[in-house]
Amino acid sequence: MRVNFTVNGRPQEADDVWEGESLLYVLRERLGLPGSKNACEQGECGSCTVRLDGVPVCSCLVAAGQAEGREVVTVEGLADYARQRSEGGCADGACGSAGSGVGLDAARRWEARPSDGQTGEQGELAPIQQAFIDAGAVQCGFCTPGLLVAADELLERNAQPTDADIREALSGNLCRCTGYEKILDAVRLAAARQGEAV
Amino acid sequence: MDFLRPASWEEALAAKAEHPTAVPIAGGTDVMVEINFDHRRPEYLLDLNRVGELSQWETGEETVRLGASVPYTAIMEQLRGELPGLALASHTVASPQIRNRGGVGGNLGTASPAGDAHPALLAAGAEVEVESVRGSRLIPIDDFYTGVKRNALAPDELIRAVHIKKADGPQQYSKVGTRNAMVIAVCAFGVALHPETRTVRTGIGSAAPTPIRAEAAEEFLNAALDEGGFWDSGKIITPSIAKQFAELASAACNPIDDVRGTAKYRRHAVGIMARRTLGWTWEQYRGAGRPLEGAA
Repeated sequence: MRVNFTVNGRPQEADDVWEGESLLYVLRERLGLPGSKNACEQGECGSCTVRLDGVPVCSCLVAAGQAEGREVVTVEGLADYARQRSEGGCADGACGSAGSGVGLDAARRWEARPSDGQTGEQGELAPIQQAFIDAGAVQCGFCTPGLLVAADELLERNAQPTDADIREALSGNLCRCTGYEKILDAVRLAAARQGEAV
Repeated sequence: MDFLRPASWEEALAAKAEHPTAVPIAGGTDVMVEINFDHRRPEYLLDLNRVGELSQWETGEETVRLGASVPYTAIMEQLRGELPGLALASHTVASPQIRNRGGVGGNLGTASPAGDAHPALLAAGAEVEVESVRGSRLIPIDDFYTGVKRNALAPDELIRAVHIKKADGPQQYSKVGTRNAMVIAVCAFGVALHPETRTVRTGIGSAAPTPIRAEAAEEFLNAALDEGGFWDSGKIITPSIAKQFAELASAACNPIDDVRGTAKYRRHAVGIMARRTLGWTWEQYRGAGRPLEGAA
């Protein structure tokens, strides 16, 4: 079947989608957006977290057909999403922001370079992404995209989260490297910077 | 596989009548796991996300009519006053991502003995509104669970809503697991005080083939509270009464040994949770004598 939906502000069309396929599979294998990670495939680990009409969900548990006509934001579009939000625009793409986000071609051409991911020099980052780098919250990086999407959503609805708020918001995201302390640091850092910016 | 996408409740019923083997999918938090792991290959998936009314609820005089797909997040954030037990149970479901998608209709459809909502529904008192093209009926929650992962639905029926009695007294919910998030219950216990009828109802999860009430424990407690004049006096429940209640709750269990825990542990833990949750609710009753939001 064919699925039409919006990803990171751009209308997308996926063809030959199997009816039992997950949104995650469509994003990764059909649209070439491998940022959302495929790990547990049962909603336990949160590494596939995306925003579906603004709501954080495990994309491995959304049937592709359920995304028809809806708005998805992945980690690839996070910087743009955060920028639009900070500019007071509507970040969910509902007000005609077509053309925003990382384009498919650009996403497909993307490759990790030594400088990238270390300093964030290679392009625009969302504040939460920069905070993860600055706080040393990334080790193997596999859980990072899901954590970024979840943490960004937390800071969107709660500008001054308590530690308990942060822990709860990230309770659906597993990290096997960091022990979480640096991740908590990163979210606190992003919240503090967000507060300064206001 | 075919993906059926009804745009309305009527279309959904027609699709289910035409394809009784169709598997309804709403939050997908059970169904997609089975598909991802190749445990299930349904001929038809029946997507209910487009039926908007399923994500809504109405608060009436006596009950809340909770749409089958109202996500747990909404229950825990917006229905804490009316449905404190279910709100507490909802908060123990998996993670924010899962609570944003999953709802009580799916819990009922899957009918796992470990489903988090069941003990709260049993304790509060509820009826499940199911419908097919043949008509609609209300199934009392006590008759809904018929076996391990089996329920009273006919093949052509869909769960539309759950009618849950609004709290008329304190309610509590307790769940045992290895951590706070992302945990399937080792066992769970829900209790609801109903001062209007001077009764106490309970629900036990994951300690029998189906979710059950601890009926003997309820009967004993109802009689003991009545005889001792506790509802009027509001005095502390005698420890021997609480102990007997806990033992009867424990005896109501019919658990198995599995990877999450042994039968013996489950029986023991249910007794502990019964005594504790009774204590918590009774303290709330004594303190205010009014329905309260659940404490953690």
